[in-house]
Amino acid sequence: MPISKETLDEVALSEDEYNLIVQRLGREPNLVEIGLFGSLWSEHCGYKHSKLLLKMLPHSSPRVLIDPGKENAGAVDIGDGLCIVMKVESHNHPSAIEPYEGAATGVGGIVRDIFTMGARPIALLNSLRFGPLSEPRNRYLFNGVVGGIGGYGNCLGIPDVGGEVYFADTYSANPLVNAMCVGIAEKAKLVSSTAKGAGNLLMLVGADTGRDGLHGASGLASRTFEEERELRPTVQVGNPFLEKLLLEACLELAETDYIVGLQDLGAAGLTSSAIESASKGDSGVVIDVAKVPRREEGMTPYEVMLSESQERMLAIVKKGREDEVRAIFGKYDLRSDIIGYLTDDGIVRIKDGDEVVADVPIAYLTDPPLYKPEGIKPSWIDELQSRNLSGIPDVDGNASSVLLQLLASPNIASKEWIYRQYDHQVMINTLVPPGSDAAVLRVKGTQKGIALVADGNGRYCYLDPYTGGAIAVAEAARNLACSGAEPLAITDCLNFGNPEKPEVYYQLEQCIRGMTEACVKLSVPVISGNVSLYNETRGEPIYPTPVIGMLGLLEDVDCRCTVAFENEGDVVVLIGGGEQTTDVRSGSEYLDLVHGQVAGAPYLDLDLEKRVQQCCLEAIRQDIVNSAHDCSDGGLAVALAESCIAGGIGFVGEWEASGRVDTELFGEGQSRIVLSLSPGKAAELEALAASHNIPIRELGRVKGDRLSIGKRIDLSLADISDAWHNGLERALG
Amino acid sequence: MKGFETRFGVLVFPGTWSDQDCYHVLDKVLGQKVEYVWHKETDLSGFDCVILPGGFSYGDYLRPGAIARFSPVMRAVDELASTGKLVYGICNGFQILCEAGLLPGALMRSRHLQYRCQWVNLRVENDSLPFTNKLRKGQVIRIPISHYEGNYYADQRTLDELESNNQVVFRYCTPDGEITDAANPNGSINNIAGVVNRAGNVLGMMPHPERACEVEVGGTDGCLIFESIIGEVTTRAMGCIKPV
Repeated sequence: MPISKETLDEVALSEDEYNLIVQRLGREPNLVEIGLFGSLWSEHCGYKHSKLLLKMLPHSSPRVLIDPGKENAGAVDIGDGLCIVMKVESHNHPSAIEPYEGAATGVGGIVRDIFTMGARPIALLNSLRFGPLSEPRNRYLFNGVVGGIGGYGNCLGIPDVGGEVYFADTYSANPLVNAMCVGIAEKAKLVSSTAKGAGNLLMLVGADTGRDGLHGASGLASRTFEEERELRPTVQVGNPFLEKLLLEACLELAETDYIVGLQDLGAAGLTSSAIESASKGDSGVVIDVAKVPRREEGMTPYEVMLSESQERMLAIVKKGREDEVRAIFGKYDLRSDIIGYLTDDGIVRIKDGDEVVADVPIAYLTDPPLYKPEGIKPSWIDELQSRNLSGIPDVDGNASSVLLQLLASPNIASKEWIYRQYDHQVMINTLVPPGSDAAVLRVKGTQKGIALVADGNGRYCYLDPYTGGAIAVAEAARNLACSGAEPLAITDCLNFGNPEKPEVYYQLEQCIRGMTEACVKLSVPVISGNVSLYNETRGEPIYPTPVIGMLGLLEDVDCRCTVAFENEGDVVVLIGGGEQTTDVRSGSEYLDLVHGQVAGAPYLDLDLEKRVQQCCLEAIRQDIVNSAHDCSDGGLAVALAESCIAGGIGFVGEWEASGRVDTELFGEGQSRIVLSLSPGKAAELEALAASHNIPIRELGRVKGDRLSIGKRIDLSLADISDAWHNGLERALG
Repeated sequence: MKGFETRFGVLVFPGTWSDQDCYHVLDKVLGQKVEYVWHKETDLSGFDCVILPGGFSYGDYLRPGAIARFSPVMRAVDELASTGKLVYGICNGFQILCEAGLLPGALMRSRHLQYRCQWVNLRVENDSLPFTNKLRKGQVIRIPISHYEGNYYADQRTLDELESNNQVVFRYCTPDGEITDAANPNGSINNIAGVVNRAGNVLGMMPHPERACEVEVGGTDGCLIFESIIGEVTTRAMGCIKPV
């Protein structure tokens, strides 16, 4: 049967790729087979355009337990026989089409990735980006996404402890919804997704299979889209209650030795699940689609294999143990069906009853062509970087009102309106709730704690993908350092436009290079992640947006720190910063919000960054400081204001800007941390800073109920709190 | 009485998720004897107090608690309550007890139509119950809520009965103990956060005391309720022991 151009488009395969398939098979593939190839060679499953670049990232450390890509998520050793399992994944396009269900199933998918490994999910984070809230469509997407994340996560009883939300025009038609899940497991009890042992059985558990989500991997996630209505059926609908039952049943199963592997059904459904598991075990697999329970009639084998119906798991059950496994699922009233078995011939055979409908060597499917096209530096980069920013009028006497404007900007304002809709306390581990630089969770049964953050900055990456990529990593690590945690590992979600465009490929490559340099310098490996390409509409790619999910460890969770100023009379100092070769206002929230400009050249000195983080961490561990807050969006003035608001206490700084006021107060120079400490410990901190060879500068004192900085800023705590606390809700109207 | 432990049962319905939190607090923080009880069990006679924890039993599909009330264990809960033993519903557990008719009233969607997870202040309205003997009337305690459907409602006659019989146990209030609309996080009638049955041995409340039992998670006021239960059970047990 010759395959039509329409069919190839439907599964997002090029003609060259089709010809390669014919060449490998030595014959024309049939429709079911082309569906298998389309899914597994999709960008989403096959990483065609990113795999060669991702190899640059460092993936190992003495704590890393699993090579990236080998299992559903990465795992790191935290001692005491325990490990942390984590991953972040995008659900951008589904959320653009149907925000509630798109975001909800994004959470569902990432949670399955964690408990598939036998780890109990203990935290969710999300990184969200939308167009400006002034647009009704963006408010609809925002409300739907927040609702979907809460609706799904709350029902599961997994605390949502942090993340980030940004608004910029570039995300208007293409919001970013990245969901991250973190789990904990006994190291010895991690479950593999490898399907090994001829004769072992494939048991499909959970929801019935329907037509929802067909072509999610190949269509939605692997190309740009224009006509949303037509794509709505490719978005799945979530059932969090079913997921909760699956979660508990699978964790109970993980305690037994009845299975050899466990694999969730995510993108490309049964196709990727069964075939990737078999591939990891060098096995073959026979699946009878007639045995797959359906939720609708008349489904073809093609549809059954590609369905992305949610809340399904594939258990690789040891032959002879099926009754015991069924009993566990039965306790939770979960349906389980044996749909196939493993062989040792390395071939996937799909049957519909007695009829063989696909017969393909698995190695052909799991070895897609990899592309490394030539990247071309986008023309705007040099122009924007070299733009002369000296003509921008300074804030002069308006510094107070500009600070209020920044604090009320949805990008900086408190996200409490969002996270109070998420249960961030359940499991009672959350010691530092959302709202600080990083969330801190205790690890029950130990003295340890973990710190978690999800962070990124598309504006910096747009201006300079290399430096922006490095800053994303550095800032996430800095957030952990401010919480008292040593960075252990990264899970990353790379959100970019169409990689077939040379400018976008350049961004992707440069960004990964920048991330790589920062990861190596700061000794943080990338243990898992996800690449979301084709994020564009009407030919316009989004800002290149790498999102860094980072895990940190506190050996003693009592040595944790928050952004809140604590005591009247404490000294406030700034560590880090110093000379830099470009304008610190580059890519700042200030330039964008107040002057409508996204321009300049972001700057990062990784050596300084590392020393500043080390100094901060040691100051917290030695109990020298009472608060720590990194200077990021909005600069020094916003950092000081946030520490005042969190502590419910004011600040008085006597210094005057030596140059431009906007540069001093709102510039976003990297590698800077605001610390507060009792005056009696100032000498200790100075000595520590000197030993790390980093600049240290006294800013003022924690005092009273006003934020005042020289003659420039004088605001009541009530006013800055009001702007910051209510900014987001007011923007929502 | 040395060595005496209150025997707590923590019920687990499909979709329950505060079971492990309640277990942790009773076991690790308060050192009591505690067991999980799967919802298909039918015998609760070995327990002094059973807790119906928070969560989304049966996904809260249809209505929170509407399906869980038919779980086999609920007949045993009914029996236990009728013997005077203690039954304590927290959040979803409160919703289940209302659906089961063990407590009056209903819990509707919050008036702002949002899920809310936040700390609230509660004023103690009745301190002579098995659940509140370590508290005092008028005391303000801080405990978090985490719910969508926590908007307590009862018809006027039921409400009058509740009020006149002292069955309202906790009300949402300001930090100073004032009962104001602004301090009401969900629109509950008369700011009601928790009620007890007429006999005084079945308590339901929306806030989560198990989340307020350790300093590091933000407060310890929740312990006062669990300690009240332990005190009551211990007293009862001592009363039963015949002098040698």
